[in-house]
Amino acid sequence: MTDDYNFAYLDEETKRMIRRAILKGVAIPGYQVPFASREMPMPYGWGTGGVQVTAACLTPEDRLKVIDQGADDTTNAVSIRKFFHRTAGVDTTEATAEATIIQTRHRIPETPLAEGQILVFQVPIPEPLRFLEPRETETRKMHELEEYGLMHVKLYEDIARHGRIATAYAYPVLVEDRYVMDPSPIPKFDNPKLDDNPAILLFGAGREQRIYALPPYTKVVSLDFEDHPFEPSKADHDCDLCGASDTYLDEVITDDRGGRMFVCSDTDHCRTRRAAGHAGRLGAVA
Amino acid sequence: MQTDRMSGSLSGGFADPARDAARAFRAVLEAMARPGTIHAMAGALPPGPCSPAAGAVLLTLADRTTPVHLAPSHDRPELRDWIAFHTGAPIVAAEGATFALGDWPGLQPLDRFAVGLPDYPDRSATLIVEMPALEPAGARLTGPGIRDAAWLSLPEVAAFAANRALFPLGFDTILTAGDRLAALPRTTRVEAA
Repeated sequence: MTDDYNFAYLDEETKRMIRRAILKGVAIPGYQVPFASREMPMPYGWGTGGVQVTAACLTPEDRLKVIDQGADDTTNAVSIRKFFHRTAGVDTTEATAEATIIQTRHRIPETPLAEGQILVFQVPIPEPLRFLEPRETETRKMHELEEYGLMHVKLYEDIARHGRIATAYAYPVLVEDRYVMDPSPIPKFDNPKLDDNPAILLFGAGREQRIYALPPYTKVVSLDFEDHPFEPSKADHDCDLCGASDTYLDEVITDDRGGRMFVCSDTDHCRTRRAAGHAGRLGAVA
Repeated sequence: MQTDRMSGSLSGGFADPARDAARAFRAVLEAMARPGTIHAMAGALPPGPCSPAAGAVLLTLADRTTPVHLAPSHDRPELRDWIAFHTGAPIVAAEGATFALGDWPGLQPLDRFAVGLPDYPDRSATLIVEMPALEPAGARLTGPGIRDAAWLSLPEVAAFAANRALFPLGFDTILTAGDRLAALPRTTRVEAA
């Protein structure tokens, strides 16, 4: 750990401002709290919002895990993990169950979360209505009045055009029967994990300067219609490495003759399963 | 006398501000996210009658940008000096307060405090209520953050039930006793047990 920075990089005044925003977010589940997002030593889109939320929550005793699309070993995840190891001196881990804070880009780990854990989502566009209504003044009014008809029209048009709701990620949810919320671009496969989760779920959007939250055991419902109920979906395969049939899969092209394999997007979950003796179509037992 | 008062206000802050504030915030976050749970909140030694837990909340969350209201029970020169030195927060009337500190009778009437705006419900006050003790018994709590139900010793039920009815508007409450802390966000449904 370096002493050249304040603990967890951010100055104390900034952390207080972020901490106040997080607490209001927790008190109003699904409502986007504006905050004075700072420039971070990484570009927008690389998790500046998540990093600021993580920095405000970290204690010296925490064990941090960072994933990017489920993987612990991608550039973004490795960089953020090293960043906090260096500026906060915290231990890091790749094991979901051992982590106290997990920062994630676009996945919820397969291993169920527990009380005492915090999951921090990196959010590009926090406003679920933004692509339907570009004006912030209007979307704010729509949230105030619970005027969410436009979102249902959008989902209905999906059905009219494609025969089903075509939204596959960033699938909108209704929180505690009040606020429609963007769960960040997680696959809709992960949406059911938002509901009644024992962990604290925090969302940080750096460029858009918004923080929102889901306290534990909060009611989160994916929007749908009676005759077109919400369906979490995944590739119709088993993991080729660990054989899991219940995990979210990445499709990997293996050659230029149409060869492909499907593997767990959650690298920690897949490795743990292989270590326990599970093997898929192409996987040798680790 | 004046010198004593001043030197008293200079001590009692966090020994290791960044790390102590980080630990204190996590306690507040866990308390606010899990209404009814009681957490240790140490590290601050404010002048009486302010409890160590309430002092730590102020050190962690209050600064020049967050006006603080002191109820009559807590409006003492020593505490004003301590807050001024350690946080820089201006002391204001109830109507303009981001944080309000006091015992339950001193904080009445509650309708003076900001409950947020319909389009910005986050612009609401957070009450720091000093209690004689905190027990996981008394009023029954349900709502976000609570798996089935939780119980917490509250100063009264009706005021919190009325606050819940304002949702998404409303104030949020942190309850402190000695070095212990619990919280009650506006979402919690409160019933007499």
